[in-house]
Amino acid sequence: MSSFFNASVGKKFLVSVSGLFLIMFLATHLTVNLFLLWGQESYNLAAHFMATNPAIKIIEPMLALGFLLHITYSAWLTFANRDTRPQKYAMVDQSETSSWPSRNMFVLGSLIFIFLVLHLSNFWAKMKFGDMSYIDYNGVMVQDAYTLVTGKFVIWWYVIIYVAGAVFLGLHLLHGFQSAFQTLGLNNQIWRKRLTVTGTVYSIIIAAGFSIIPLYFIVNSFIN
Amino acid sequence: MEIKLKIWRQKDARSQGSFVDYNLSGVSGDMSFLEMLDFLNKTLIESGDEPVAFEHDCREGICGSCSLYINGRPHGPGDLVTTCELRMTRFKDGDTIVIEPWRAKSFPVIRDLIADRSAFDKIMEAGGFISVGTGSAPEANSIPVTKEDSDEAFDAATCIGCGACVAACKNSSAMLFVAAKVSHLTLLPQGHAESAKRAQSMVAKMDELGFGSCTNTGACEAECPKGISLAHIARLNREFLKAGFRG
Ligand code: HEM
Ligand code: SF4
Ligand code: FES
Repeated sequence: MSSFFNASVGKKFLVSVSGLFLIMFLATHLTVNLFLLWGQESYNLAAHFMATNPAIKIIEPMLALGFLLHITYSAWLTFANRDTRPQKYAMVDQSETSSWPSRNMFVLGSLIFIFLVLHLSNFWAKMKFGDMSYIDYNGVMVQDAYTLVTGKFVIWWYVIIYVAGAVFLGLHLLHGFQSAFQTLGLNNQIWRKRLTVTGTVYSIIIAAGFSIIPLYFIVNSFIN
Repeated sequence: MEIKLKIWRQKDARSQGSFVDYNLSGVSGDMSFLEMLDFLNKTLIESGDEPVAFEHDCREGICGSCSLYINGRPHGPGDLVTTCELRMTRFKDGDTIVIEPWRAKSFPVIRDLIADRSAFDKIMEAGGFISVGTGSAPEANSIPVTKEDSDEAFDAATCIGCGACVAACKNSSAMLFVAAKVSHLTLLPQGHAESAKRAQSMVAKMDELGFGSCTNTGACEAECPKGISLAHIARLNREFLKAGFRG
């Protein structure tokens, strides 16, 4: 098995599988977040369900492992690839032959990583370790995550950071979604078109979905 | 027409190279790109200068030796052409044309525009063959092959080993070349038996020789003069993963 993970294709396999796992996570994450638009109680109950669900005990460490594998192996491959052309071309024209996101996956990934650190310290760390207020919904004490989140989404620079994060993710996935299937060998002439379309739709939903939430709250704060 | 050329000149593998500018008049649109270089070399020889070394053989798009990186693209502008099939009508009077050799750690430049592509031969030696006792040719119809498989194998087999895929790739990956060879052999009954081992050995050799890994940008497919499809890379990945999971 060691020769498998030593090979470039084996390392790529890990980037792809972890990437697909993160794609599934993002879909769940967005679904829960959209409850924010339905008001305080809906969102708090949804967040409570996610945080107290027994499955989360397994999913949370898996998620951390997923990010770790994805970042380690993609960085490893990216740095190895940088050494393959010591003498650069004087003139390079790739505008017609490959997409911008496909050539800048590491840059996009790094921006997502910076966003991730910021995002975890904004919310996750506060909800896990900070002083949170609780609300009693029919006898169940639930963390008031709604107030924490919406309190941030009325500050213009938070909104800019969150919209930018969503756009970087969308661009990363515009290439990443179909690329992950290609890496697993689950692709051919026909499926390539289908996967590209599905990936584009998914990326737009992710970028737009995660952007709409902070935009909704800041626009609302101006109107009211 | 008159064109300006910026050509990479390098004495040998150990020397530092640099660009040299040339003005060439009397170029006609009917010339192929290589004929234009022949014409340049004629003028260089007549004036006592060293002609530009470039590789060429068949001049009809089948040998894969005319590997030139022209204005930022392997085999120059246009799709599905080798440098020898490129016509000067693609360029206008007064154009500047930048000509470089393939650049990759695994393809060292040995002189002017000639890069040593023997790394491809080493990959072929690692698995690009079938192990059968040769003798007289067997009766072809005794081994049935479906039309789809035979077409797909033939498409893969049109790879001429030119190396444009490596030259075009931002990672200098040889995956399209390796995929074409693996696909071509795996799809046919004679090659199928060894397909798992072949995929593993050829990928291992490719990595060992310093080619990069594939990030699925698709630049190789877009620049390949034979239109080898990324679907072959998916097949290579499939064969490699199957081999890995079998242990
Ligand atoms: C939720 C966040 C993320 C998701 C959903 C995601 C998803 C993906 C997917 C599906 C791929 C394609 C895999 C393949 O080509 O086989 C990919 C590739 C990649 N990811 Fe991520 N990713 C995320 C975060 C990150 C982060 C934080 C980094 C940090 C450096 C990163 C770096 C990369 C790189 C460099 C590649 C390129 C691999 C290549 O081009 O071959 N990603 N990502
Ligand atoms: S796959 Fe295409 S570009 Fe690569 S060596 Fe073969 S013919 Fe040339
Ligand atoms: S000289 Fe043979 S392919 Fe161009």
